[in-house]
Amino acid sequence: MDLPRLESILSKYEGESTDLIPVLQDIQDTYHYLPKDELKEVARRLKVPLTQIYSVATFYKMFSLVPKGEHQLRVCLGTTCHLRGGPRLLQSLQNRLGIEPGYTTKDGVFSLETVGCLGSCAQAPVMMVDDKYYARVTVDKVPKILKMYQK
Amino acid sequence: MPRFESIDHLNEYRRKLKATRDPNQPTVLVCSGPGCLPMGSEEVAQAFREALANKGLNGKVLLKTCGCQGLCALGVKVLIRPQEIAYQRVTPKDAGEIVETTLIEGGIVDRLVYHDPVSGEARVHKSDIPFYQSQVPIVLRKLDLIDPESLDDYLAVGGYRSLRKVFFSMTPEEVIDQVELSGLRGRGGAGFLTGRKWRLARQAEGYPKFIICNGDEGDPGAFMDRAVMEGDPHAVIEGMIIGAYAIGARQGYIYVRHEYPLAVKRLKLAIEQAREAGFLGNNILRAKFSFDIKISQGAGAFVCGEETALMASIEGFIGEPHPRPPYPAQAGLFGLPTVINNVETWANIPEIINMGAEWFTSQGTETSKGTKVFSLVGAVNHTGLVEVPMGTTLRQIIYQLGGGLRNNHPFKAVQTGGPSGGCIPAQFLDLPVDYDSLQQVGSIMGSGGMIVMDHTSCMVDVARYFIEFLYQESCGKCTPCREGLKQLRHLYEEITHGRGEMAHLTLMEDLCAAMATASICGLGQSAVNPVLSTLKYFREEYESHIRDKKCPALVCRPLLKYTIDPETCTGCLACVRECPVGAISGVKKEAQEIDQELCIKCGLCFEACQFDAVRRE
Repeated sequence: MDLPRLESILSKYEGESTDLIPVLQDIQDTYHYLPKDELKEVARRLKVPLTQIYSVATFYKMFSLVPKGEHQLRVCLGTTCHLRGGPRLLQSLQNRLGIEPGYTTKDGVFSLETVGCLGSCAQAPVMMVDDKYYARVTVDKVPKILKMYQK
Repeated sequence: MPRFESIDHLNEYRRKLKATRDPNQPTVLVCSGPGCLPMGSEEVAQAFREALANKGLNGKVLLKTCGCQGLCALGVKVLIRPQEIAYQRVTPKDAGEIVETTLIEGGIVDRLVYHDPVSGEARVHKSDIPFYQSQVPIVLRKLDLIDPESLDDYLAVGGYRSLRKVFFSMTPEEVIDQVELSGLRGRGGAGFLTGRKWRLARQAEGYPKFIICNGDEGDPGAFMDRAVMEGDPHAVIEGMIIGAYAIGARQGYIYVRHEYPLAVKRLKLAIEQAREAGFLGNNILRAKFSFDIKISQGAGAFVCGEETALMASIEGFIGEPHPRPPYPAQAGLFGLPTVINNVETWANIPEIINMGAEWFTSQGTETSKGTKVFSLVGAVNHTGLVEVPMGTTLRQIIYQLGGGLRNNHPFKAVQTGGPSGGCIPAQFLDLPVDYDSLQQVGSIMGSGGMIVMDHTSCMVDVARYFIEFLYQESCGKCTPCREGLKQLRHLYEEITHGRGEMAHLTLMEDLCAAMATASICGLGQSAVNPVLSTLKYFREEYESHIRDKKCPALVCRPLLKYTIDPETCTGCLACVRECPVGAISGVKKEAQEIDQELCIKCGLCFEACQFDAVRRE
């Protein structure tokens, strides 16, 4: 375990049990998943049982116990996107990447996720790659978008 | 930015600030709202930056990125002040022309102004565009005036003005009286009277007390709160300071979903600015009152929009709701009295204090006062964010503001209130929209999502979509919601696969009755609305799925049949190349045929055919 790396996260907080979710969010953002040894250390430092950490880590969608890809693809399946081709967009990404939502490509470049709504409904269907939004993503735009992130 | 030590200090600063601001200052405002951002507002702003520099206009023309300008369908939107010229669909390539033609020569770039979809007539100024004409912006008023990252901008339009009145001429009880008199009801959807909630919390025993802003806008199809948090974050903070003063709280939380990274960033910045300026912290403006705000980020759980689940999440637990009572006003965060209101509610508060309760009640209906922000999306021409007085009819919102349906399609239904709401059919188009009228027709106000549908939407599929969504998002704590949704999902699966029976419809109604009565929280109780409203108003669509095994809107995949018309087919083989399962065969340059056994009904051949030879039924 890389203790200094974890320390740089933990030192931002006061070590209260209520810091649990923010700490896990920082770990997820830094490591792209929640490594087991790090969680044990978090349990010790925040004085929270490991069982509670596990329940939190498996309840919320943003956490993952297995490593995620370098880039997070989030396909909106909100109502407007559902009506305007979101499912087709998802299908096309699945076909191209060869993975189901919730999984990561073998080369570790992409993780695919679905989201309830990204809040850009006027531009449906919408997807996000990391923090960048893509509007009106018809199936034919998919290869170009993926290419920008592939090495 | 100085730290304001007193109200006089703030007033003096504001006076000087206003004196340096010329109301006729040429300004380019590039929209960076939820609709324009993904269309490339950052790139457009950058292009303007370069174009202005090229022409030596730095310092002469101000360039700002602002919050949502409303008419999202025509993004990226650019507003030129002081003339209020509204340009639409602006791309980086247009920046140079706008700078040259409008800012230097004083002319108009015709092709970028709004054109009426029917008459084709050009409407140059914002106030000429029908979309804006019936709106009464209170919450959205500042969105196209200010740079959301500038506290000076907020102060220049009167920001934090209400604090003088509140701290130095009103008791906490008087603040509550004003909010109660205004008749403001919770904009998150349930519509509880805000003033009454505050009074309960003020009177409740327990210390410390808390204030929460619910920014966990999870309803699919809704982005009102996102636009406010990103476009006018200080208004939310100002509202929360007033609420904290009224109930006697020292600590506040803003709970934002992590799917809104820009909202998180702008709120964090605004909180820092407010602390530096002395609007948050100890003895604010030397009043005997201290208050601060923390941001709490959601971690991806729809149920956390429910207030008790949200509080569990802030405490570091999974987002499982608790039965009420006790209500949060009595025993909320950490078991202590807590007022929790949503973003739009908080953003209304400063205006109510500034302008008075009576002013606020001049808008709206008997039981629903003020305005409501809606995100108008779906099959309308002008999708976007609108703010109208309560009691405006659906027809006005959809046809006047929304410009009617795309391609002049007939209106089929409007879905309000997200997964907790219902589908409202054409017979209620003249319904004045307020909390109570929507409930009477089997929907709810909800947070303000409004999704318009035409004949290409299948109402069985829409209800199935919401049930699937809620099934995924149910926390699983109580049986009626967890198991009820599972069974409803199964029944929808059967019906949309052509295995439905008429008896299923009665079974669905029974399940809904049990879920509505016995679920712990709003998620399960209201999950029945999409089902019951479509069963009530669109029963014949369910019946065609069951009896005729047909989906009239041609949406439910398993019920479709694709065939090739031998008369029209040219044998170009475009469909053959697209078909992922090799179900299409035939001789080149002759009519092709689809093997119905192999066909997976994906519709790719239908999209690929240039000659309309593929038939879908």
